[in-house]
Amino acid sequence: MALDRRSRLPVAVVGGSALLVCALALVQTVFSHAHGGSEAVIPVTVKRFEYSPHEIRLKKGVAVVLEITSLDVPHGFNLPDFGVRADVVPGMPAHVRLVPDKTGTFTFHCDVFCGTGHEDLDGTVVVTE
Amino acid sequence: MNDNFDRRQFLKLAGLGGAVFASALNGWAQPAKSGRRDQDFYFVQLSDTHWGFNDPTINPDASGTLRKAVAAVNALRHKPDFVVFTGDLTHTTDDPVERRKRLSEFRDIASRLEVKTVKYMPGEHDASLDRGKAFKEFFGAPNYTFDHKGIHFIVLDNVTDPAAAIGDEQLKWLETDLARVDKEAPIVVLTHRPLFDLYPQWDWATRDGAKALELLKDHEYVTVFYGHIHQEHHFATGHIEHHAAKSLMFPLPAPGSVPKRRPIAWEASAPYHGLGFRQIDVDTSKPTYALAELAVREG
Repeated sequence: MALDRRSRLPVAVVGGSALLVCALALVQTVFSHAHGGSEAVIPVTVKRFEYSPHEIRLKKGVAVVLEITSLDVPHGFNLPDFGVRADVVPGMPAHVRLVPDKTGTFTFHCDVFCGTGHEDLDGTVVVTE
Repeated sequence: MNDNFDRRQFLKLAGLGGAVFASALNGWAQPAKSGRRDQDFYFVQLSDTHWGFNDPTINPDASGTLRKAVAAVNALRHKPDFVVFTGDLTHTTDDPVERRKRLSEFRDIASRLEVKTVKYMPGEHDASLDRGKAFKEFFGAPNYTFDHKGIHFIVLDNVTDPAAAIGDEQLKWLETDLARVDKEAPIVVLTHRPLFDLYPQWDWATRDGAKALELLKDHEYVTVFYGHIHQEHHFATGHIEHHAAKSLMFPLPAPGSVPKRRPIAWEASAPYHGLGFRQIDVDTSKPTYALAELAVREG
């Protein structure tokens, strides 16, 4: 039963006040910089209704930071297979640190309802050895 | 008194002019009880009607399916005590004017139900783009409680927040409400999205659903009826049972069965396949809930 898994998400930014989002975004940025230098930062943009890139290719065991920027309205980034998610607010890039521990193709999606094409707003992370 | 049995037999035999039939009860359902008490009753759950959806390859009778379901409910020989719509009354639109037009048309059709009490709640298609503003104009609050023949019903809103969260304020409201309810009193939760992580990869979850379940877990008899996933689904988290209902517009695939969560195409050889609604017989003495899944048929 996965009921408690969400509470352990390392980079969870659960909706709420802009202040909370700001604070967590700051924490994430610092966190990213603390590990920066050695970790690749992969820029990702999201808009209604497309992530770019749509496919993100990663190596197993290699840490990366996804820097996700909304180009229009609030979106989400949720990659359940790795237990990470973030709110993506326009003007405030979200930083999601990820160390893939398994290979395969995994779907990420927007989990903040954003319009008529929301349910098709997704992409894939492909992790190879 | 054996009204329950008679009603099911009637559905099976008469089929309401071919409009519906009562399917075999699944493993979660209880057999109809004989010797029913006066307090026993039944209600009907309709869900995910998505009024305004328009794709003939998915449902060529998009404007007729809800009407058929309403007619089928009206044709029941014994009227349900009430009908509940568990969200996604309308299909989403970015246009606030069109959203209200769809809600209005839906309300007009639903008003033809010959049942005194009809309960509504929003789905994300109705309410997530404007935080429930239009829905409230037509149907009032998205969360509320009511009591019926000894059962405490709680309507939980997990869609007016576009992030699919119940939210701290509503959780506090839930906690306050539950504090007034006896721990052994039967509780039915009506909501749109699953309160547990059914399949987060398809966003079939509620962000803070676990908090609601934590508040509910100290109550002995809790059953959740919800929609959202457009298929019959039964699950238990501890002693709390969760039952998802079919849609009245298009079915969705079983969780994780295909790469993409896309509506299942219409089968010309089996019209309305995968669509339907639910009759819930309540034996208030246990309490138990006997579920009968009713299919939509050409009529």
